[in-house]
Amino acid sequence: MRTRLIKLFAMLSILKILYHQGKQFIPNVRTAQVPGIFRGRPVISTNQVNETELVDLCPMNAISSNPVSIDLGKCSFCGECALKFPEKITFTTDYKISTNERERLIVKEGDDFAIEVNPATVRSEIRKIFGKSLKLRQVSAGGDNSCEWELNAANNVQFDMSRFGIEFVASPRHADGIAITGPITQNMAKALEIAYNATPDPKIIVLVGTDAISGGIFADSPALDRSFLENHTVDLYIPGNPAHPLTIINGLIDLTRKTK
Amino acid sequence: MNYISIRNNQTVPVADIPVLDYPQFFETNISLLTNHPERHCVNYFGYNQGNGIKLICCIADDVSQEIYISSCHVSPSGKLESMTSRLLCFEKFEREIHEKFGVVFENHPWMKPVRYPHNRADKSSVMDNYPFYSIDSEELHEVGVGPIHAGVIEPGHFRFICNGEQILHLEIQLGYQHRGIEELFLQKKKLLQRVTLAENIAGDTVAGHTSAFCYLWESLSGFEPKPEIDFYRTLALELERIAIHTGDLSAICTDIAYQLGSSVLGRLRTPIINFTQEWGGNRLSKGLIRPGKTQFPFTKELSDRLKKVLNDYEPDFNEICAELFKLPSALSRLERTGTVSYDDILNIGAVGMSARMSGLLRDVRTTHPYALYPQLNHQPIIKHHGDVYSRAQIRREEIGQSMAYVRQLLENIPDTKANYDLPNKLQPNAFSISLVEGWRGEICHCAITGHDGELVVYKIKDPSFHNWLALALAVRNNEISDFPICNKSFNLSYCGHDL
Repeated sequence: MRTRLIKLFAMLSILKILYHQGKQFIPNVRTAQVPGIFRGRPVISTNQVNETELVDLCPMNAISSNPVSIDLGKCSFCGECALKFPEKITFTTDYKISTNERERLIVKEGDDFAIEVNPATVRSEIRKIFGKSLKLRQVSAGGDNSCEWELNAANNVQFDMSRFGIEFVASPRHADGIAITGPITQNMAKALEIAYNATPDPKIIVLVGTDAISGGIFADSPALDRSFLENHTVDLYIPGNPAHPLTIINGLIDLTRKTK
Repeated sequence: MNYISIRNNQTVPVADIPVLDYPQFFETNISLLTNHPERHCVNYFGYNQGNGIKLICCIADDVSQEIYISSCHVSPSGKLESMTSRLLCFEKFEREIHEKFGVVFENHPWMKPVRYPHNRADKSSVMDNYPFYSIDSEELHEVGVGPIHAGVIEPGHFRFICNGEQILHLEIQLGYQHRGIEELFLQKKKLLQRVTLAENIAGDTVAGHTSAFCYLWESLSGFEPKPEIDFYRTLALELERIAIHTGDLSAICTDIAYQLGSSVLGRLRTPIINFTQEWGGNRLSKGLIRPGKTQFPFTKELSDRLKKVLNDYEPDFNEICAELFKLPSALSRLERTGTVSYDDILNIGAVGMSARMSGLLRDVRTTHPYALYPQLNHQPIIKHHGDVYSRAQIRREEIGQSMAYVRQLLENIPDTKANYDLPNKLQPNAFSISLVEGWRGEICHCAITGHDGELVVYKIKDPSFHNWLALALAVRNNEISDFPICNKSFNLSYCGHDL
């Protein structure tokens, strides 16, 4: 009797905790709003500014002139350009900025349209085979642990990416592809290649974060070896420093399934 | 004097640092540390000067709040007596100097490579066949893990020698994350590029490393930090501590298969980092901290928001912690697991949380104060058992403490904004050191400028540099199945170590 009572009280306290949490999951990750001054897809106006100064300001060399454009594959989303040239550049809270074509990450003066996955260039087997279930092996190759944190966050109880059948697995042998973070260091180049080769075909490559896409602030460091990317085709670019969980989830959904 | 005494964030002419001959340098630093538990080596590094190597050693005194700097000029082909032969805390520093310049330290227990940097002295040594401690036995077996681990985490190679399920020895090889950051600090000439580099040293300690860089830069520019700038940094540092400690408690729950704690604590981290995004546009405070600036205004509305976030966070956090810390099945996994003794911690020179768990006070917030910590009258939280439970308890209590500090800070929000343009050129021929207590522990950045005011040396030390050895000691005689909780309870940085 006594033990039963103790068990009952223990269970009640667990139920109380569960009750206090309420519903934590984001009901619709396709339309959720991000709080505050999140820096997502930038919009560049056609206003005239000192372009040399603007190009020179960017620590990542992500801004080009004539016409003014920002390469989100190089951008660290620090927002310095928008602070210094507010009449020229504004960052919107549009977090859906993942795409399968590298050129689409370049936002030009006057552009104000969504960055999307181009269904015409997605390999046909991706949607056929991975449309309902996608298991990824993550490889951190010089990542600074920020994109790794956000990939983990994408699977927490709020973002709950696994509701779409998208998950990270321990072994490349169980995976449908690899998600790379970090600028790919010399010391990780071989391990990355081995992990990729251990993944069964057909398989995809996803680059998560500015460091992975372009090398980021480390782009010209002699400690990198990015030859892996020259020899393989990338299926999805997820920009950000780090990439936001909503950018990650929407990118993976848009790549693997028809949504409209 | 054989050394010069300076304070945290103080800049001195390089010429004022006494240059000793090696035997003198050796004796000075050994005698400073021997039988002085209140002192420890915060940084010891070398750089090329003329046709030799200049060594600089920084010993911090936690009681007098001073840092003792001494230097020495040696030849790269020279053979030097190893300081490690007398004090173990120099072990990794000497390996690092050897790896980079080829200087040989005699009577060092093992000159094993630290991280295989791209500019290492011996290019023929490669990571693939790194040397390791091996054992020949019928009873024992080896378990190799990595560099890619099962979870979504950073790479490192772990080699266990086990007797059945019991770990006898763990050897950790790092360096896979080496990006050459210290050299990039010299190559990149724009201040904004350098701040971005500091933000990318370790993505989970953005506020910590960026604050250390900014204080160092401001000191070298002769700029006195303003109270409003200190306010921003202190707030960001304490929010980072709350967020990461919460996530780590969640990860500890995951590794003991306590699903409720893992989910609840995991979700509690979100409102804190989302608040950081509301303030500065980035969940991990990238872009928030800049030298001489208060980048994104901290308004009254943000202050009210933060108060609400904390008021919502606190009851849920306390409730789940009360449950976790009384649950017999959880406690039996945490208590007496992964223990490191006070003596070991002192000998290896561990810092931060990893020192405080075993009764050793190492907390730069009180011992080498900076920012607004003197006003907050910070009292470090010290535990004595050195086990996973102590590390979990420190996290729980530090979260409470940090929340109190944040609330105290919100009483006096500065209404002035700071926007000073700092010069790209610094004081010439100067040396400066900056210590910041990140959530892991002491972060140390050192810099030296040349005659033209350009950086010639930039040296970063993450607390993990000291503390990885504590993890290797913690798992000895534990079951290999307890390795994950030991690892999570330290949560050390790979990229911060590899640079």
